[in-house]
Amino acid sequence: MSYMIHIEHVTKRFGRAAAVDDATLDLGAGESLALWGANGAGKTTLIRCVLGLLGFRGTIRVGGHDVRRDGKAARLLIGYVPQELGFYDDLTVCEAVAFFSRLKGLPHTDTDRTLATVGLLGHERKRIRELSGGMKQRLALAIALLGDPPVLVLDEVTASLDAVGREEFVNLLAGLSGTGRTLLFASHRIEEVAALSGRVAVLEAGRITRVVPCADFVAETDRGTVLHLFLAPSVRDQAMQSLRVGGFSPHLNGVGILVPVTPERKAAPFRLLAEARIPVDDFEIVSATHARRVAHVPHSASSSPGGNAVPHLAATEVSS
Amino acid sequence: MTSLPTAVTSSPNASAAVRVPPGLLRNVLTVAHRELRDAIRSRWFWLYTLSFAILGLAVSFVSAAGTGGTGLSGFGRTTAGLINLVLLVVPLMALTSGAASIASDRERGMLAYVLAQPVSRLEVVLGKYLGLAGALLACLSLGLGTCALILAWKGLRTSPASILWLTGLSLLLALAMLSLGMLISVLARRASVAVGTAIFVWLALVFLTDLALMAGALALRLRIETLFGLSLVNPLQVFKMWSLHAVDATLDVLGPAGLYAMDTFGDRVAILFAAALVAWIILPLGAAMALFARRSPV
Repeated sequence: MSYMIHIEHVTKRFGRAAAVDDATLDLGAGESLALWGANGAGKTTLIRCVLGLLGFRGTIRVGGHDVRRDGKAARLLIGYVPQELGFYDDLTVCEAVAFFSRLKGLPHTDTDRTLATVGLLGHERKRIRELSGGMKQRLALAIALLGDPPVLVLDEVTASLDAVGREEFVNLLAGLSGTGRTLLFASHRIEEVAALSGRVAVLEAGRITRVVPCADFVAETDRGTVLHLFLAPSVRDQAMQSLRVGGFSPHLNGVGILVPVTPERKAAPFRLLAEARIPVDDFEIVSATHARRVAHVPHSASSSPGGNAVPHLAATEVSS
Repeated sequence: MTSLPTAVTSSPNASAAVRVPPGLLRNVLTVAHRELRDAIRSRWFWLYTLSFAILGLAVSFVSAAGTGGTGLSGFGRTTAGLINLVLLVVPLMALTSGAASIASDRERGMLAYVLAQPVSRLEVVLGKYLGLAGALLACLSLGLGTCALILAWKGLRTSPASILWLTGLSLLLALAMLSLGMLISVLARRASVAVGTAIFVWLALVFLTDLALMAGALALRLRIETLFGLSLVNPLQVFKMWSLHAVDATLDVLGPAGLYAMDTFGDRVAILFAAALVAWIILPLGAAMALFARRSPV
């Protein structure tokens, strides 16, 4: 059977440490697969191997082309969006599109159409340094889509975006699944995985430990939610006490308090704090899985008799 | 305000799967064009060009003043002054711009992003080299050209042939130093380290090797042919000897080593100089390409 992406016994070592260890994976045309794992699990390294940026042992083929022997032909089929667009800051949006268009061997590019696709029409004369993080990512997506490549490879593309930018970008990407493109992406956000992937490959210490359907993965891992409350340092102790009295198991972290909650009790901490006249500066909702990952809490610690999904969060900051 | 579509709805083009990746020449020219524009837009380009022209004029007027300001002998001194200026400025310019090129792109994540496109590493190195070479040529032509024009306007006789020779040889020296700079850039992990190393290499080539050669000649009582052979190892010395030979047709000013070279090789000495400079262009660039093909761009 021919696959759009074929990864066979791929190992990549940095010195004695294996960043990717004997990875084998296949993606058919139009399929979408998420690489899931903690930082350092090997997601980005595997993506760099697929792009032919790193040397490795094993075989990787994209559209039948060996990425080492026939790298240009393989990369012609790939649109790549990195975690953060690092490019000549003084180029205008239009010039950047033209440059990559030439590199992809396109005879002419309808720049307006390309930019309209990602909502950047009207910004073509802006220099890249004038773009926000979200706009840069959309430009990277526009560049990735030049020439309508059948494969998209995304490497934690929302990691540098704020919550709003993240949501916008995921919505933008959601339209790509189901259009016949093969999608390989790395993420550690369950909402992205749920929105974009059909299957999930779980990486641990460079090894692919399992490949499961997305629905099963989401059901199995995202069992709860954690509120990340941002409070002034002077009121944090008082807030901790109020929350404990209210039946929660809050934990301090660098910039606020993490409060594990069940879906039906998401508003309760706010009510308790309002009654105690403790102002909440800001908040965000993070998944229990994400909180566990950041806090390095084993999966088995995720259920508690009190109904709060993550009772043993370490005092570690959850990145937004 | 940005109009944000809720979803991308375009679907992959079937022709993408059968498209042929762009060829070597096209990609090299694309990267070179980008590099040239980037260099010309940068401050260093204009700073070097302006400094070069101003210093060139200052050196020329001071040299010419010593001979009454006119006559070909005056220009001989002027050219000698310009040769010394080129020896100082051009290697520094070429070494640092070459050293910064790949290392800074790697540091900013740009290199990996460009190499994730249908382009080979060879094409990227060649394109960058050509682009920077174009910028250096523009810088040298503007600098020396401005200098020559102002000298002519002020009534100082200049020999167009000498200026052309000097520009051509300066470009060869710049290409050699650019190759060396790119080799440093491929080897260094950080741009600051690459540029620092380039400056050290410049110091070594401009000052230390001369001093070492003189010290070695005195301490070890080196034979004259050994001394001449060793001076060919330094591209700056090769440039100096070739320039003097091109302008004056002799190497008398170099003393015994120059006399030995002329006696032994005659006018064929120019071929020796050309071979040495071309080797300095090809070998470091070849090494840079070979290493770049193996090293991680991230």
